[in-house]
Amino acid sequence: MAGNIKKKFSGGLGQLTIPVIAIALLVIFNLIRDPSFFSVGLSHNNDGNIVLAGNLISIINGASELAVLAMGMTLVTAACGGQDISVGAAAAIAGSVFVKVLKTSPDISGGKVLLAFICACIVAMLFGTFNGTLVAVFKIQPMIATLILYTCGRSIAYWINGGATPTISSPIISAIGSFIPGIPIPTPVLIVVAMAIVFKLVFKFTSLELLTQSVGINGSAARLNGINSTFIKLLSFIILGVCVAVSGSIGVSRLGLINHETLLLDIEMDTILAVAIGGNNLGGGKFKISGSIIGAYVIQMLTITLYAMKVSSTDVKAYKAIVIILLVVIGSPVVKEKFGKFVSKLLDNRSKASLKGAQ
Amino acid sequence: MQDEVLLQMSHIDKRFPGVLALNGVDFTLRRGEIHALMGENGAGKSTLIKVLTGVYRMDGGTITVEGNSISIHSPQDAQNNGISTVYQEITLCPNLTVAENMYIGREDGAWINHKDYEKKAGEILERLSIPARATQQLGDCSLAVQQMVAIARAVDMKCKVLILDEPTSSLDDKEVNMLFKLMRDLKAQGVGIIFVTHFLEQVYEVSDRITVLRNGELVGEYLTEELPQVELVAKMIGKDLDELNDLGSAEEKKTSDKEVFYEATGLSSSDALPFDFQIRKGEVNGFTGLLGSGRSESVRAIFGADKVTGGAVKINGKSVKITRPIDAMKNGIGYLAEDRKRDGIIAELSVRENIILALQVMKGLFKPISRSEAEAFADEYIKALNIKTASRETPVGSLSGGNQQKVILARWLLTHPDYLILDEPTRGIDVGTKLEIQKLVLKLAEDGVSVTFISSEVEEMLRTCSRLIVMRDRHIVGELKGADLNQTQVMKTIAGGEA
Repeated sequence: MAGNIKKKFSGGLGQLTIPVIAIALLVIFNLIRDPSFFSVGLSHNNDGNIVLAGNLISIINGASELAVLAMGMTLVTAACGGQDISVGAAAAIAGSVFVKVLKTSPDISGGKVLLAFICACIVAMLFGTFNGTLVAVFKIQPMIATLILYTCGRSIAYWINGGATPTISSPIISAIGSFIPGIPIPTPVLIVVAMAIVFKLVFKFTSLELLTQSVGINGSAARLNGINSTFIKLLSFIILGVCVAVSGSIGVSRLGLINHETLLLDIEMDTILAVAIGGNNLGGGKFKISGSIIGAYVIQMLTITLYAMKVSSTDVKAYKAIVIILLVVIGSPVVKEKFGKFVSKLLDNRSKASLKGAQ
Repeated sequence: MQDEVLLQMSHIDKRFPGVLALNGVDFTLRRGEIHALMGENGAGKSTLIKVLTGVYRMDGGTITVEGNSISIHSPQDAQNNGISTVYQEITLCPNLTVAENMYIGREDGAWINHKDYEKKAGEILERLSIPARATQQLGDCSLAVQQMVAIARAVDMKCKVLILDEPTSSLDDKEVNMLFKLMRDLKAQGVGIIFVTHFLEQVYEVSDRITVLRNGELVGEYLTEELPQVELVAKMIGKDLDELNDLGSAEEKKTSDKEVFYEATGLSSSDALPFDFQIRKGEVNGFTGLLGSGRSESVRAIFGADKVTGGAVKINGKSVKITRPIDAMKNGIGYLAEDRKRDGIIAELSVRENIILALQVMKGLFKPISRSEAEAFADEYIKALNIKTASRETPVGSLSGGNQQKVILARWLLTHPDYLILDEPTRGIDVGTKLEIQKLVLKLAEDGVSVTFISSEVEEMLRTCSRLIVMRDRHIVGELKGADLNQTQVMKTIAGGEA
């Protein structure tokens, strides 16, 4: 058995080790600090539904938009070796479109919500195509290319609804943003699960994963193996566009209004961070979507923990930074390698000792 | 002077997960000698070199330089102890200038200003007659010149021990002679040179001693003049030479009566001048010529690897358009690129993923090869080509060069091509694997596959090809077959003796 463990460790720690350890440490820390931190109970919400409540639920619920964006960002990172910093602004545009379509007439039906979402998707995919074209066709560095939409995105969102911050009240929208009557789990959490399943299915029924990784690791070789890397890169931005529309729509539904200035503000950096904590190489190549999802929950749990510790909201960012530095350093190849060697040495000594014992 | 021990490595052990890469290896280098380190892929040459240069930490053994025991933990330690290396694959920065590349990362380089080291670099380049300017971007130089800059860098660091790992694999004859002259000069100055190469003739031309490794163990140390070439090969591959001879006497294949598979007229690309070319089914042909003669550029044009600018192409008599690699692949053409590291392997992906890549691309985005199918393919080719890997899930980048090459061969064989272009498939590969690849080429041809085989070793091409196209200055200057297929005639044509 020791041999098995050793094989696992000396081959380099798995990609998911760091995010999983981070989650575990945060859980343990919180349990020691306040054993009731994770207690989950049933309570009645404003609509009179019986729903799950507690810190754990608000962590998982609150990280939904981040988790959805992180999935798409992982793909862009893997294919292009860079990140899209316009996701927050693009989500504000998608959210504005979502509201704009809903506002075309006073009654809001399920079909109309679907239509609004599809419109938001199309618009976000178009902006994804814009970003993707700059990156894949014009070979502009992703961060610079997406800086354009990052800068102007919220202005575009402002124009869509003519500068107003319209509110929408509808049982369907609040069902999307909080709970579906009869189901105690927050709807955004269900949407994250659904998105994760969609990604899983996409990777199962297409060769996107292999092609994306090949383009990200060695673009020159990928090209000579007939891969159209321009298309793969463009596609990753378009898929991220879908994620942007989903998270924008969640954000709008949660609040029942669109505020183009504040919707998912600053989420792009947390998204990139989630990808990094997930053990994905920000320079592109091999990736794991699941890592990024866990990364999103790590960030959210950290934030909620700090708030629960009564750290003032102005200080939270500084504390967050400290923890993140630790995570990123622990996850760095240098530390991983040293730790892997340490573990294999440890196991070596132990197996030697047990051999001696056997003699 | 040659009796004074400069470097002594004793009982060196190095373990990798699941593999004992070096098992108690001894190596002795004397002052002022050129010492060839020989062995097949996976024999432990590269590992031994990397232990000596601080890339790997050894698990056991001692190293002494001039009698003093030293410990090497980093490439910097090695440099401080006077040990310099020029690696097989060029490890300089192509986007810096030649001068910057010669001084980057050196303690004595940090405080010198730009103008000074450009001047110094220029002097060294001139002294070694290297055809490059100090202010030129390294990436703009040919591979050969980049290699020589790497050597110049090492030479300038006043090294006692100079390690040359496959330095000649991308040099043409003239450049090789220049390098050998340089090596002999350095030897006369008392530098000990460790020379790792696969070119046997070069070993005999320049080295004083030979150390042979096999499977991570020392076979022995010999004086070059006392070890016949045949015996050396036998020691390296550890088996009879009958096989080698068998291959050498393979009878000439008659393919002139077979139908033409591929035909190009006036084909040109951004890098290749217009040329005509055709190949028959089951034919093995070769492109030869000096570095820069356009042989690689021409075959790249066939595959659509560079921007195709003109010409007509027929496959099986039908006109087709090949402007991108995928077009070529869909028409049954496979291409193993010259630069394995840059254009071949996807280093971080597994052997399995690397093997199925080309087939998967041909099938497209929406027809993924299932995991179990992929595993079956990988297992099949790992066995068929005798790929030495811990498992099919091992990242291909951690395999030895020869095995990486086999993985890429497997990738193309899996697409069942009608026409396979192999550009330098045997470069930087041991004798045993070279033989396997040559055999495979002949076997493919027997099965009706057309093969274009390019190698800088003319002998290898003479053994496998029934027709040789000779290029000079980016033009086809001759086509040799039948009785003309001999070393002298090839050399004559390359040199322009036919005119």
